Amino acid sequence: MSARTLFEKVWDAHVVAPETADTPAILYVDLHLVHEVTSPQAFSELRERGLKLRRSDRMLATLDHSTPTLPINADGSRPYVNAEAQAQVTQLETNCREFGVELYGWGSADRGIVHVMGPELGATQPGMTIVCGDSHTSTHGAFGALAFGIGTTEVGHVMATQCLLQRKPKTMAIHVDGQLPRGVGAKDLILHIIGTVGIDGGTGHVLEYRGAAIEALSMDERMTVCNMSIEAGARAGMIAPDETTFAWLKGRPRAPQGAAWDAAVAAWRALRSDDDARYDREIHIDARSVQPTVTFGTHPGSAIAIDAPVPVASSAQDQRALDYMHSQAGQPIQGMPVDVVFVGSCTNGRLSDLRAAARVLQGRHVAAGVRMLVVPGSEMVRRDAELEGLHKVFLAAGAEWREPGCSMCIAMNGDLAQPGQLVVSTSNRNFEGRQGKGARTVLASPATAAASALAGRVADPREYLNQEQTA
Amino acid sequence: MKPVSRIHSRTAVLVDENIDTDRIIPARFLTTTTREGLGKLCFNDWRYQADGSDNPAFPLNRPEAQGCSILVAGRNFGCGSSREHAPWALLDYGIQVVLCSEIADIFRGNALKNGLLAIMISAAEHRWLLDHPGIELSIDVRGQFIGLPDGGRIAFELEPFARHCLLNGVDQLGYLLQHVDQIDAFVREREGQEAAIHGRTLQQSELRPEGLGA
Ligand code: SF4
Repeated sequence: MSARTLFEKVWDAHVVAPETADTPAILYVDLHLVHEVTSPQAFSELRERGLKLRRSDRMLATLDHSTPTLPINADGSRPYVNAEAQAQVTQLETNCREFGVELYGWGSADRGIVHVMGPELGATQPGMTIVCGDSHTSTHGAFGALAFGIGTTEVGHVMATQCLLQRKPKTMAIHVDGQLPRGVGAKDLILHIIGTVGIDGGTGHVLEYRGAAIEALSMDERMTVCNMSIEAGARAGMIAPDETTFAWLKGRPRAPQGAAWDAAVAAWRALRSDDDARYDREIHIDARSVQPTVTFGTHPGSAIAIDAPVPVASSAQDQRALDYMHSQAGQPIQGMPVDVVFVGSCTNGRLSDLRAAARVLQGRHVAAGVRMLVVPGSEMVRRDAELEGLHKVFLAAGAEWREPGCSMCIAMNGDLAQPGQLVVSTSNRNFEGRQGKGARTVLASPATAAASALAGRVADPREYLNQEQTA
Repeated sequence: MKPVSRIHSRTAVLVDENIDTDRIIPARFLTTTTREGLGKLCFNDWRYQADGSDNPAFPLNRPEAQGCSILVAGRNFGCGSSREHAPWALLDYGIQVVLCSEIADIFRGNALKNGLLAIMISAAEHRWLLDHPGIELSIDVRGQFIGLPDGGRIAFELEPFARHCLLNGVDQLGYLLQHVDQIDAFVREREGQEAAIHGRTLQQSELRPEGLGA
């Protein structure tokens, strides 16, 4: 057999019927993740057509987008932003009950943002095809799975048939050579990559991140990188599974156990691109040149080093984006006054992200007038963080410690910024209005977000980390 | 889905590049559990002023844009989320065609599945259409061309299966369900391999749940 990429190996293993000139391939799906926002219309469709779920055992559901992150009220009710949000959550509860889908709902000790929870449970495994009605499904590619977002119509297709109609995407290798400098993390790297590739540079492609800098990343960091593949327009992002992957997965509730584990690992080891495999495109990034990176405009591709000057707008539209952000061409983003800081989301809401933020905040206090929200990505993250006492660091620094959920990443649960406010956010999208109508978003790493909360201005975390070193 | 073969309309133009799904329908409106009625929320934060009145600066609010069902949009339309609410909102708002030099993958797939013609054309033709708002176009799905007022044509590519589904109003789920035997065979083989790895036995109900069409 000719040499194949990681993507091709996973793709080939799931083709029920190959594509022809006239018809797309029928692709089998191993794991279907479901949340309250993009599933109700698909369940309705099934009901209307009298269809059942083909594999309810291959589905996992959670509540994350519309859920309040404030604790339960004294009377036992939940502080939903409005009746519609509550109805949407209730609808998923009803749908899961009726159709027999396992729901990690209220009261579950493992509920979380769908892309944080799936891996934590060990449901996400190398070589799988994983879909969800959510574009950041690309996160799961960190395990060497082919994972991508689908629309609600396709959610219905998978529910009824466990399959999707798909044209085979192209492949693109992103080689990241060298090592990231101290104080520079996975978020900085992926923002840098999107800034290099452009927000449509990956359109039609599945990205494979590879190279020494990628191999050196922890699983949390790999998830941060793969998570934002969609922000480069790509269908999916993948990283070949290795010892880091296996060590992370071992013993998780839904991972294979015992002899099955050994057999699974043996099979997973074959999941890497062959040496002479060909990609449709390849690019090289030098990890050594990556700095703490932030966005200056209104899409994730407008990423620059924190102390680099904002480029001069080359079109009326770019100028509009600068005006919206109050960014000044020629001036760095560093130093811009900050109103709100958000640490959380499926990009940066995992334990190591909270640790990175806490390390900067430790023994210090958020600047006057700045509101800081720390929202763990899942109940498991919350538990682990509280065991380590991270919540105490956040609370002592004057930040809010919330219940898990998407929160200000998408601002549909009532956690949002006011018009004109500047948010330094560890989430993935800085589109106009994403964090509230008229709100301005600067995407950044957890360390940069925490440093900015302390300074009251967009700040370089290395200043704080260096102090730590000399102290 | 209703068959779609020809659409005739004047064009409305949104020159902005990278119009993302949050601009098409802001996230705070995603708490809906139906597909209907999203048109009034389409482009909400761009289209209305703070007091709820129409924003005169929003190009689709201009008198000449009224009744246009063909939208020519700046490069990379529909980037961002997989929310199908975006094509649902556009269709309900009255847009039936989006013409662009580049359209985000997931949005394009979602759009075509709902009968919204998301069509990519070359950068030069796109530029020309952006510069000529309000011209009459007729989109021919069968012939895969855009008819210009002077009789000229712009050819476009359309994935053959999407074209077939549009022209015949084919329901893709119905198509998938016709392949249930093939899916069954695949599942048997795959599950057999997996069961061998995971030491699991397979139940008949997993292979083909009762009640599945076919
Ligand atoms: S955290 Fe943000 S990006 Fe992730 S699933 Fe939630 S809304 Fe989507």
